[in-house]
Amino acid sequence: METVKLTIDNKVVEVPKGTTVNKAARQLGIEIPTLCYMELHDLNIENKPAGCRICVVEVQGRRNLAPSCVTKCEENMVVKTHTTRVLNARRMVMEFILSDHPKDCLICAKSGNCELQSMAHQLGIREIPGQEIASISTYRKDTSPSIIRDLDKCIMCRRCEMMCNTVQTVGALSAVNRGFMAAVAPAFEQNLEYSTCTYCGQCVAVCPTGALTEVDHTPDVLRTLADPTKTVIVQTAPAVRAALGELFGMEPGTLVTGKMVTALRALGFDYVFDTDFAADLTIMEEGTELLDRLNRHLKGDKTARLPILTSCCPGWVNFFEEYFPDLKDVPSTAKSPQQMFGAIAKTYFAEKIKVDRKDLVVVSIMPCLAKKYECQREEFSTDNNRDVDFSISTRELASFIKQANIDLNNLDDGEFDDPLGESTGAGVIFGNTGGVIEAAVRTAYELHTGKKLERPDFTELRGLEGVREATIDFNGIPLKIGIAHGLGNARKLLDDVRSGKSQYHAIEVMACPGGCIGGGGQPLHHGNSDIIKARAAAIYAEDKSKPIRKSHENPFIIKLYEEFLGKPNSEKAHHLLHTHYFDKKKKIVVKQ
Amino acid sequence: MARVKMQILVCGGSGCYGNNSEALIDNLKLELEANALENDVHVIRSGCFGLCSLGPIVKIIPGDVIYTKVTPEDAKEIVTEQIMKNRKVERLLYKDPVTKKSVATETEMTLHKKQLRIVLRNCGIIDPENIEDAIAHDAYEALAKVLTEMKPLDVIKIIKDSGLRGRGGGGFPSGLKWEIAYKNKSEEKYVVCNADEGDPGAFMDRSVLEGDPHAVLEAMVICGYSIEAHKGLIYIRAEYPLAVARLKTAIGQAREYGLLGKNIMGSGFDFDIEIRYGAGAFVCGEETALIHSMEGLRGEPTVKPPFPAESGFRGKPTNVNNVETFACISPIILKGAEWFASIGSEKSKGTKVFALAGKINNVGLIEVPMGTTLREVIYEIGGGIMHGKKFKAAQTGGPSGGCLTEKHLDIPIDFDNLIAAGSMMGSGGLIIMDEDNCMVSVAKFFLEFTVEESCGKCSPCRIGNKRLYELLEHITKGKGTLADLDRLKNMSLVIKDTSLCGLGQSSPNPVLSTLDNFREEYVAHVTAKKCPAGKCKDLMEYFIISANCVGCTACARVCPVGAITGERKEPHLINPAICIKCGSCMGKCKFDAIIIQ
Repeated sequence: METVKLTIDNKVVEVPKGTTVNKAARQLGIEIPTLCYMELHDLNIENKPAGCRICVVEVQGRRNLAPSCVTKCEENMVVKTHTTRVLNARRMVMEFILSDHPKDCLICAKSGNCELQSMAHQLGIREIPGQEIASISTYRKDTSPSIIRDLDKCIMCRRCEMMCNTVQTVGALSAVNRGFMAAVAPAFEQNLEYSTCTYCGQCVAVCPTGALTEVDHTPDVLRTLADPTKTVIVQTAPAVRAALGELFGMEPGTLVTGKMVTALRALGFDYVFDTDFAADLTIMEEGTELLDRLNRHLKGDKTARLPILTSCCPGWVNFFEEYFPDLKDVPSTAKSPQQMFGAIAKTYFAEKIKVDRKDLVVVSIMPCLAKKYECQREEFSTDNNRDVDFSISTRELASFIKQANIDLNNLDDGEFDDPLGESTGAGVIFGNTGGVIEAAVRTAYELHTGKKLERPDFTELRGLEGVREATIDFNGIPLKIGIAHGLGNARKLLDDVRSGKSQYHAIEVMACPGGCIGGGGQPLHHGNSDIIKARAAAIYAEDKSKPIRKSHENPFIIKLYEEFLGKPNSEKAHHLLHTHYFDKKKKIVVKQ
Repeated sequence: MARVKMQILVCGGSGCYGNNSEALIDNLKLELEANALENDVHVIRSGCFGLCSLGPIVKIIPGDVIYTKVTPEDAKEIVTEQIMKNRKVERLLYKDPVTKKSVATETEMTLHKKQLRIVLRNCGIIDPENIEDAIAHDAYEALAKVLTEMKPLDVIKIIKDSGLRGRGGGGFPSGLKWEIAYKNKSEEKYVVCNADEGDPGAFMDRSVLEGDPHAVLEAMVICGYSIEAHKGLIYIRAEYPLAVARLKTAIGQAREYGLLGKNIMGSGFDFDIEIRYGAGAFVCGEETALIHSMEGLRGEPTVKPPFPAESGFRGKPTNVNNVETFACISPIILKGAEWFASIGSEKSKGTKVFALAGKINNVGLIEVPMGTTLREVIYEIGGGIMHGKKFKAAQTGGPSGGCLTEKHLDIPIDFDNLIAAGSMMGSGGLIIMDEDNCMVSVAKFFLEFTVEESCGKCSPCRIGNKRLYELLEHITKGKGTLADLDRLKNMSLVIKDTSLCGLGQSSPNPVLSTLDNFREEYVAHVTAKKCPAGKCKDLMEYFIISANCVGCTACARVCPVGAITGERKEPHLINPAICIKCGSCMGKCKFDAIIIQ
């Protein structure tokens, strides 16, 4: 590999050609501060507009200061990262940014977790000269079902725009206006609700400030918990347990399943259940649907649409309803685990505990912001009573636990309640990209072949590659599987489905990079992809530790079918556990 | 072609067009027809003559008689007197602003004497909508030479040897730019003409496109041949409808004549040109922003490198030159590199077109050899300062430039001298200011423009410029302190040092150069809270000189806020706490009793 040698702060370093000054400095242990720059290395995601100008350094022979995030190292380059010129410029640029930023840190959703706040602290900013005559650019606030946009706090780092356009290819957010009034917004500065937004929340996941945050439903949850007439039950998604600990100072990848259960119980939830249970249920329904379509296909039935697409991810569902409405009969009709849980809780479980569904409140803890929108969809309500009443994110749960002065670190492990708390390893891995399809394969293989799986681990389906594929031998039938995480990658596979080129029998899609573990409602990764990898590993560890690792072996799932649903894809199952999709392509309406 | 005895050229540039030159053309034609002269005398709509403030301009050939401010109603007199009787219409002749005497012909005008027209060689001479007229004036001859006698590297060598530097602002050697684009091999390459002229008051490029579009088209084909590109794009602002229309006509005619398209002049070389419209963002004059805008993306710059020559339009090697640079190409090919290099100063060769504006007598377009002094431009070509006032400063380089003062009057204007003087060439805007201009307000004016035109991508330009503007406003309101002046300077230097593109890297120049050259004016604003030029409203106070006041009460009656009190036939008083400084009283006073302090 061709290398270049350069001097940074009087230290010589040799780096591969093409390395940026910032990364070369890091090799020397010199951390040049950055603000707009963000990289998720293992996911191939990089944001480098070179816009904030915080990371500027002095390069000998260059007229002006160089942004170290994009300036490539050259042979014999001499770089200084902390001359008075650099420090003066960096401080002043930071003062500029802060001068156009609200100072309501006390009540800002990002306080304590805000990259702008920490940078101000790191640069030792104690006052903002000229603030008294400085105007602040202000914008209309926008609240959607999942996401709040407060552009007064936007610093034009463009991370959200990069996620929305380059990674997700959703195209809901882009820069609008010029100069001082520039901000990132949907086309024509419409509200997010009227844009192509899928509520995947990746914009929120990368926003360094409080400009993009989730809609906070913890006050609603607190209100229902305080209401003695309500029975409040909670379900927790698989990815939450692999990340919640981070917000209590634990190492990324620490599993806190038991502590989380104890905390939820302490918060006053009447029953603590597991979305993993519903994930097992999803496998029963979706797996059966897959086998049905596959068998029909093998018998030459042209109406059997293949590949089947997974439908657990609400961001993904929103995406294809917006961009691929012509393919809306291709995805599995199975509801997402969140909604399956809600439907079962408000029927089967409500009957069991003899509580009217109107007095039963279902709260979900999700790594996701699209789930907030999903539970508000009309088709998931009966008589104006939602199957899932409120969905709160991992971050909101952490805040809620802290509000109740509970330290997760000091809690004993609790156990989920029966009957909706028992799950298998297959349900757990729903949190990772490739996990849903792996869980489906475990069940479908055994149901289809009648043979016992030697090993339930399909490592060929795992990994962080954006688009992956594998062929699983189903007793002589090669089952071709495609996996995509990140909507941009999903688009590639969907384009092939649309044009008839797709060779897959089944495709799993998760909207967020890494799957739910990298969801828009998770603790902020601040550009560290190691965190996402650690969460993925934790999920697989939990799977491995489970005594039962195949959904169809979950005794409470078997019982549910015996007592209530009959068999997978039965009429009752269809009624409660399946859904249909809509053409939601945005139309431009010209007002006459 | 029928033999024509006389030609009447009527300027069809935007300024004259806006002053009804079309109706004038119609009337002239009607008059000629009425006198059965239409076959002997042709009326031609030409490009810009440069005398824009005196338009519409009419030129009679032969004789080169120039008429100014001609209205459609003057058509009859011009035809009956000048054409039929060969008698000059005295009242329409150009008046020398210094001698106040009428000047009959173009060659006699001082304005004309110091000029050397290379870029504008055909402007005001040919009919821009007639390719044959252009060909008769040597258009496409250079292209023929290039295609038949030269190899790409020969052309690049001539351009390099000529010393031509980019006229868009930066002054980068054009031949070198072409060479880099040539060396970056690719199946797909582009030649882009930057016609996104955005400096306030600048209209050089527009005039070239309106007056001689073929000069640009020809040069783009030559450039395409040299860098081995087959596609040209002209990025022009949509606010230039006339230039767009003439470009379209010219492109259509050039295609018809086999000068664009497949197998140009039978040489086997293919090249075609398309027009792309800009929405009028100043920052889109920056080449990376321009390219993004053409790609349908937001018009904002990206960090260089990679330079467009490496990765430009659609990621392919792209050569971007501005209109004026392209307009220099054909004469260089035809007359040789030595000829071009013999004009101008040591490191800046050829000529430069300037748009003269502000407090100068001859407002308009001029072209002078590089190295001409500011004094020559202002006093000889420009006819001096309006109303005989004192010269104070000249802003060059548009909003990104700086001001030159009296001490700079005799330095030869070229790329390097202007930078040394704390300004820059820019695209060639030249705004003249006199003693009545407040330099703090001037800096504020230019900054207001850049604040408005910043794309908002990088923080120093987006926010820093706004803060600079606010501080200047603070100062012009009389609320500034001496410490603010240091802060102005520090902020300016940091914005220059840290901004992403040329816009932010130069936007504080007006502040820095006025601070350097007119510090005392700033000091007066912050210490004495006075505006020496009397322009800053908040620092003015209307005052009645008791000795002159006869107590006529006219001022008190006109005052809209009742700030003036006094008995009849007694001296009046203005209450500064109530006065809104509208100036009505001063206009009403017949006794010069009201002054501004």
